[in-house]
Amino acid sequence: MTLEIRDVHKWFVGQHVLRGVDLTVESGEFVSLIGHSGCGKSTLLNVVGGLVSADAGAALVDGAPITGPGPDRAMVFQSYSLLPRLSIEANVREAVRAARRDKNKAWGDEMTERYLTAVGLWEHRHKKPHQVSGGMAQRAAVARAFAVGPRILLLDEPFGALDALTRARLQGQLVELWGSESDTETVIMVTHGIDEAVLLADRVVVMANPPFPSIRAILDVPIERPRDRATIGKHPVFESVQSELMTILSEDALTAA
Amino acid sequence: MTATVQPVIVPAPAADPSSVPSPPARAGRLGPAASTLGWALLGAFTLVAVWALVCTRTADLPTPAATFTALRQLLSGAFEGQADYGRGIGLQLMSSLGRVFKGFLVATVVGVPIGLAMGASPRAWKAMNPIVQLLRPVSPLAWFPIALTITKAAPTASVWVIFVTALWLVVINTAAGAAHIPHEQLDVARVFRFGRSAYVRHVLVPNALPSIVTGLRSAMGIAWMVIVAVEMMSASSGIGFFVWDAYNAGNLDFVIAAIVIIGVVGLVLDALFLKLGRKVTLEVRR
Repeated sequence: MTLEIRDVHKWFVGQHVLRGVDLTVESGEFVSLIGHSGCGKSTLLNVVGGLVSADAGAALVDGAPITGPGPDRAMVFQSYSLLPRLSIEANVREAVRAARRDKNKAWGDEMTERYLTAVGLWEHRHKKPHQVSGGMAQRAAVARAFAVGPRILLLDEPFGALDALTRARLQGQLVELWGSESDTETVIMVTHGIDEAVLLADRVVVMANPPFPSIRAILDVPIERPRDRATIGKHPVFESVQSELMTILSEDALTAA
Repeated sequence: MTATVQPVIVPAPAADPSSVPSPPARAGRLGPAASTLGWALLGAFTLVAVWALVCTRTADLPTPAATFTALRQLLSGAFEGQADYGRGIGLQLMSSLGRVFKGFLVATVVGVPIGLAMGASPRAWKAMNPIVQLLRPVSPLAWFPIALTITKAAPTASVWVIFVTALWLVVINTAAGAAHIPHEQLDVARVFRFGRSAYVRHVLVPNALPSIVTGLRSAMGIAWMVIVAVEMMSASSGIGFFVWDAYNAGNLDFVIAAIVIIGVVGLVLDALFLKLGRKVTLEVRR
């Protein structure tokens, strides 16, 4: 399964947010999108998710153009976005049933239990979103996305609102779910965090504001998995990618200011 | 010269209640509840005093004492009497409340779906909003002749008037709630491709619920006012009929006593909806 983004353009109220984006993501890849606010990274993610349509160009999954949301793609939003009146379990179950009408109820119930268990929330399944912490809510949102059985997982600053310890744990769970248990092949994650981008991704796509092109640079992160977060900071590849990102992003910050 | 620094651990004090300072005494002599009640009583007393003073100047207005007697008389025989004219005030209230609830119920059943449709679909909004805005400022009493012509019966016609009274408020508030679904919930519904039924059940109705209840509350408030007027126009039972009948009989003390009772019933109805509103709002707050 290949995701192809071909010369995608998007304007928002006269702003040319996506300026001819070309990007190909191969099956099994974890790609981070990083850049300053307004660089279009979330817009690009939403184009792939089918929430925003491109004004020109196309995004294709295995050669088929994306025209809207589909069961092959699921999203995790920054704001958790659980439905407030439904229990944690119902949030996952209803999403699975709605997204996968090709599967029966038993399949949906099984996926719900499997992924809520995987993120450690099965015993909290009867709680409402307002009764759990932000970290737990976001774990539920991650479980919901995986439970749909998507081949591409799209994450929009998923851990931005969490404290450092919770974030570290969720990053670990995410990689574990992607790597072993799930059918999910590809992950695209929008983030603000340089360390997070490098720690998790195989490739980091740096996006930028005008006058730069939308995609400023694509950096490979050839660090073998599983990665150890305790020692990865000392890894020469990590250090070089990190400093390169730092340099590119600070240039963009200067032109923006 | 080096000194070993020992950690200082404070031992737990021996239990000696006399050495523990007691919390400071309250600054005021009365608690907040007593203060609220005190001022309320003062306000009520002032009103009654002014009323009594006016009564010394005119013989038309019944005195507070006469009204109080009338009130006691009304309440003691509240549920007595069979015939329409001699019925107790409690039975009259039941007639009025029955009409209000019937009209109100129909308005809810009709108004909530219309409001949800208007809130969820811009086309439905454009189609129905002008009608709603045009008819909303019309006094519901203006519908009474039409209702009477159609139903040929005053009690049924008053239910119809209550329906019209409540309808616009229910529709407008429901539509307002349904039109403001949080962005992230819309995204969730789209990404996970919620069908119409799942969207209505899990996104639309839950988000509209607090403002639906707000609409029901204001509708009930107005309906309770309107029923008195409708029953004064043409009815042979109900609290409005009772007020008009008491006036025709020259019993102004009964009229004032009835006003007090109408006020209390309205207050209770409002409190019930306020409580319901708090319940549905608190459930979602995080």
